[in-house]
Amino acid sequence: MAAEKKGLQLLDFWVSPFGQRCRIAMAEKGLAYEYLEQDLGNKSELLLRSNPVHKKIPVLLHDGRPVCESLIILQYLDEAFPSTPALLPAGDPYARAQARFWADYVDKKVYDCGSRLWKLKGEPQAEARKEMVEILKTLEGALGEKPYFGGDTFGFVDVAFVPFTAWFLSYERYGEFSVAEVAPKLAAWAKRCGERESVAKNLHPPEKVYEFIGVLKKKYGVE
Amino acid sequence: MAGGNGGLKLVGQWASPFVTRVKLALHIKGLRYEYLEEDLGNKSDLLLSCNPVHKKVPVLLHNGKPICESQIIVQYIDEVFAGTGPSLLPADPYERAVARFWAAYIDDKLEPPWDRLFRAKTDEVRAAATKQLFEEVEALEGGFKECSKGKDFFGGDSIGYVDVALGCLVSWVKATSVLAGAELFDAAKMPLLAAWMERFGELELARAVLQDVDAAVEHGRMLMAKNAARASN
Repeated sequence: MAAEKKGLQLLDFWVSPFGQRCRIAMAEKGLAYEYLEQDLGNKSELLLRSNPVHKKIPVLLHDGRPVCESLIILQYLDEAFPSTPALLPAGDPYARAQARFWADYVDKKVYDCGSRLWKLKGEPQAEARKEMVEILKTLEGALGEKPYFGGDTFGFVDVAFVPFTAWFLSYERYGEFSVAEVAPKLAAWAKRCGERESVAKNLHPPEKVYEFIGVLKKKYGVE
Repeated sequence: MAGGNGGLKLVGQWASPFVTRVKLALHIKGLRYEYLEEDLGNKSDLLLSCNPVHKKVPVLLHNGKPICESQIIVQYIDEVFAGTGPSLLPADPYERAVARFWAAYIDDKLEPPWDRLFRAKTDEVRAAATKQLFEEVEALEGGFKECSKGKDFFGGDSIGYVDVALGCLVSWVKATSVLAGAELFDAAKMPLLAAWMERFGELELARAVLQDVDAAVEHGRMLMAKNAARASN
């Protein structure tokens, strides 16, 4: 049996917003890692061995030991590398609870609703559109007047949500609405985040995401 | 509103295992709190103002400030009251990640089919949800092995984060087993987990906090009848 690989490795899939959370977090923390693109149609031994329960990406390997689930990976990075810039606000349990709440909200709501927007038609799609606008307005409410969800610093919720900004164009096209119109502060936040190197280098252009959804639709037989 | 109990108030509902989860954490830490029982069919202004996003229980109020989502509440309690009573999460970052993984598994993989089981409008839907629930629990045997490392609890020698995350469901595991006519934590398939449940149920903590199983069975029957009746209207 080969010795465990030292250092950080990320099992990921290029367009995954959950994987991008981890890439952005490690960039913000200045942590070097090996990126390993996974073929989700033909899952590798390494992926199946590292995440036998869910068989999903992202998986972070640290000296060969797997950490699964993107928000758990983010907290692990904070705790295993305490000298790097913290994502969760240090020393403020209430602020940490608030940050966990909003990251959890993003997890519960955004991806599923977005998927319904491009998968469905007619009344169910209209429902999804209404819901997506609600979700964006709610998140805008949580942001308030702050530059970032983390306040003055780009933090846990920012990292959790920013990958979805690459999906805004697709939500807008399928939902026939404008993020800038329904949630202008959120649109401004997205632009602000896009100016950070960690984000600019780790998100794919919105048109590429839109193209990817087109491929998925064909694959699922959604016209 | 000023009050004793160190400023802790828990808004809950007796049948909810997620409320039980918070009660277990508070009990382990030896924390006193005021408990407010909600009528979920007629939600209070307090609940709606403290949890406007999800409008659900549990909500913990600490000196008037609300914290929502049971796992987030438990981690909050562990952090704020770090000096009081035992720690729930382990100290090591990797072990913390493993504990969080299994706690997330419980809510992400067990809760949805469990919920569907009780809300099912037809026998077919209930049967499918039941089958899925019985399949999803099997992974917990491996979870127990990974977390306990041969000891009595997920937390090792003593109760930890995952014991709380799963222990809160013990009355519902037993109630569901009665209602489904089959052991959800089947000792033949999941010997370690079944033994853990026995052990957990014997703790003073469990006796003090967990719902009465008969009451849970009755509540479950009521939920199933209510949802089936709605379908035929």
